[in-house]
Amino acid sequence: MTIRGKIPFLAGTLMALGLGWVGFPYAINTRRPQPVDFSHKVHAEKGGTKCEDCHAFREDGTFAGIPTLDKCSGCHAAAMGTTVAEKNFIDQYVTPNREPQWADYARQPENVFFSHSVHVKRAGMTCESCHGPTGASDSLRPYREDRISGYPAEIWKVSGTNHGMKMADCVDCHRSKRMEQSCLDCHK
Amino acid sequence: MISEIKPIHAAKYGMTIDVDRCNGCGACMVACAVENNVPPAHEGATDRKGLTWLRVYKVDNGEEYPNHRTAFVPVMCQHCNHDTPCVHVCPQQAVDLDPATGVVGEMPQRCLGCRYCVAACPYHARYFNWWDPAWPKGMEKTLNPDVTPRMRGVVEKCNFCHGRWHAAKQLAAAAGKLAGEPVEYTPACVEACPTGAIRFGDLNNAASEPARAAKEAESFRLLEKLGTETKVYYRSKREWVREIAQAPRPRQSGKEIARG
Repeated sequence: MTIRGKIPFLAGTLMALGLGWVGFPYAINTRRPQPVDFSHKVHAEKGGTKCEDCHAFREDGTFAGIPTLDKCSGCHAAAMGTTVAEKNFIDQYVTPNREPQWADYARQPENVFFSHSVHVKRAGMTCESCHGPTGASDSLRPYREDRISGYPAEIWKVSGTNHGMKMADCVDCHRSKRMEQSCLDCHK
Repeated sequence: MISEIKPIHAAKYGMTIDVDRCNGCGACMVACAVENNVPPAHEGATDRKGLTWLRVYKVDNGEEYPNHRTAFVPVMCQHCNHDTPCVHVCPQQAVDLDPATGVVGEMPQRCLGCRYCVAACPYHARYFNWWDPAWPKGMEKTLNPDVTPRMRGVVEKCNFCHGRWHAAKQLAAAAGKLAGEPVEYTPACVEACPTGAIRFGDLNNAASEPARAAKEAESFRLLEKLGTETKVYYRSKREWVREIAQAPRPRQSGKEIARG
């Protein structure tokens, strides 16, 4: 085959690779918006000042995660502002007392045991060091989920950070802190 | 073991089981299965193919009436502290001896199902999943969220109720205890035993029940000659029970072996 004969072949290969590179993340993940257009920034400024005010720890050390509706309706029984997002939230969730189906960007496989208490209260880590600057965000980014595994796509790379929430990311940190002991430290 | 890091305040969890107190009721076996999401036995399960992280064996002194005597010996993973056979043979590094707790941990998700560890274990404490787990309708609601159910084709075993250890560690962290400080917790079998035959604690803590019991003359470990330095100690005042624990096979009639 001559050089000229190879050109269309090489161009085709490059095009296919490029298409795969760009298109694959869209093909592999489903996207859906969060149920409510929530602004962490507004709530951090006007409501609680710390993450823990809403994302609370329980007495037994477990982490409550995303707050439930009763936490919201404490303030939002009636509209506090004039935004459309708040009006929709009250009409669709607070008044009918319906829990919003939040999607968790950081949901882990079921064989993972992760304790927020151990990392935050004992190791003194900040929320941002894993979750990124979520508290400063003005709107919720769409939730992407892997079609095959069913896990959130942000496990691969957390928005606004240089790391993900894969096992390799956990191990990297544990290894650098010399806290790597046994598989069952993090698995159950 | 992943690494050779030695924490400053390592725990060495262990058990002491008073064979003379065990009446063979099997409450520990039930509690263990419920705690660790062990499914009800598949219809094809036999003594060899069932899943019993903890199994109560019946042994006798081999004599005829009126001198016939029996004893019940609960046997779970003995958590070998030295030359742990299953850790050595695993080609997947799915088993490790945690230097911080002394627990021999099994990672079913890493297991490829070769069952080399089942063959290597001198205590028959490892079990293979011959079927996918299935719970009767509605019973899946009783599953313990702190323990992952295992799939067909992997090996599983006792890990001293690691889910409870996680919870205890988390509680200690929330209460402001420092890292590496051993936590106290109680495995399900210990909690369920109506006669208090099974006690659990940190062998490094001289005041704990297993540490005290381990020093007693009546105390013994299974197949001590293997040098595996297991962390489950047994106790019996009866000499024939102590002898049986050192024999390669329990002196049982064929019928009793079949019953397990």
